Amino acid sequence: MFKLFQPNKIFQITSKAPKYILFLFVIVLSIGLTEALVLSPEDYKQSDAVRIMYVHVPAAWISLGIFSTITFLSISGFIFKNKNFFLIAKSLAPSGFLFNIIALVTGSIWGKPTWGTWWAWDARITSMLILALFYAMYLISWRIYDSEEKVFKISAIITILGIINVPIIKYSVDWWNTLHQPASINILSKSSIHSSMLFPLLIMTAAFALFSLLIFLMKYNTELIKIKNKGLDRL
Amino acid sequence: MINELLFMNGYGVYVLSAFSFTLLSFSALYLITKVQFIKEQSKFVAKFGSLNTDKAKSAKLQRINKEILANATNN
Repeated sequence: MFKLFQPNKIFQITSKAPKYILFLFVIVLSIGLTEALVLSPEDYKQSDAVRIMYVHVPAAWISLGIFSTITFLSISGFIFKNKNFFLIAKSLAPSGFLFNIIALVTGSIWGKPTWGTWWAWDARITSMLILALFYAMYLISWRIYDSEEKVFKISAIITILGIINVPIIKYSVDWWNTLHQPASINILSKSSIHSSMLFPLLIMTAAFALFSLLIFLMKYNTELIKIKNKGLDRL
Repeated sequence: MINELLFMNGYGVYVLSAFSFTLLSFSALYLITKVQFIKEQSKFVAKFGSLNTDKAKSAKLQRINKEILANATNN
């Protein structure tokens, strides 16, 4: 089964896919922006400030999803002794980190008109900031260690420690008194968000997911070429 | 209509700055990643060009090397 994960086989697909993903991303993003900024209704309490949700929430979801995937891949890399899992994890990290920063910055911009402050040491915001630090540590570890063995180990330890923070982020609004409201969208039970707001939120989430896929593919191709460059040096 | 869209009941500054920050971050990451990719690809093509015939032949046996070269000429 892991033959499918061999770089030689994957490159055939990953080298051609980015242009199609970019095209699809531009279309989905255009629909999402029209829905989010023009067609979706304003909130009865927050008025038009609610539109920030359409970038803030998908960014937070995707940064959490990517970090969980990176952890899963790092652990799988050790279990199955497959280097390619580490390479996929490394290629996912830049977009995950960017989405984490977007969630923090847009959350701060949203906080000013709704809570009257740019920043509060609230449980959800603080735990998201800690996630950004784990992302930064993960990315730095790949830059500072030359030995493959060492970087695999250190980066995996960082993700395992960081994953403890993910359920804290998710349940922080239930466990502590925070400025954030409890979750409005539930997969298992009925969501409290109206469909006129849920639809643009899902479209924007799809656009953001396509963007992270695009960056992942470009980054992964770069990493494969880097390896092949080293291979040519050895010839 | 356009004024209404930009003003957004007084929240336009917040909403548009959040969206602008997001789109600018997307553009920056896309450009950085693209530049890194092109740099590595050019390095590969240059290294491949400097190989002697035998080494180039053996390198070309790997399918991925052929793919990288083909992509570089297409771009």
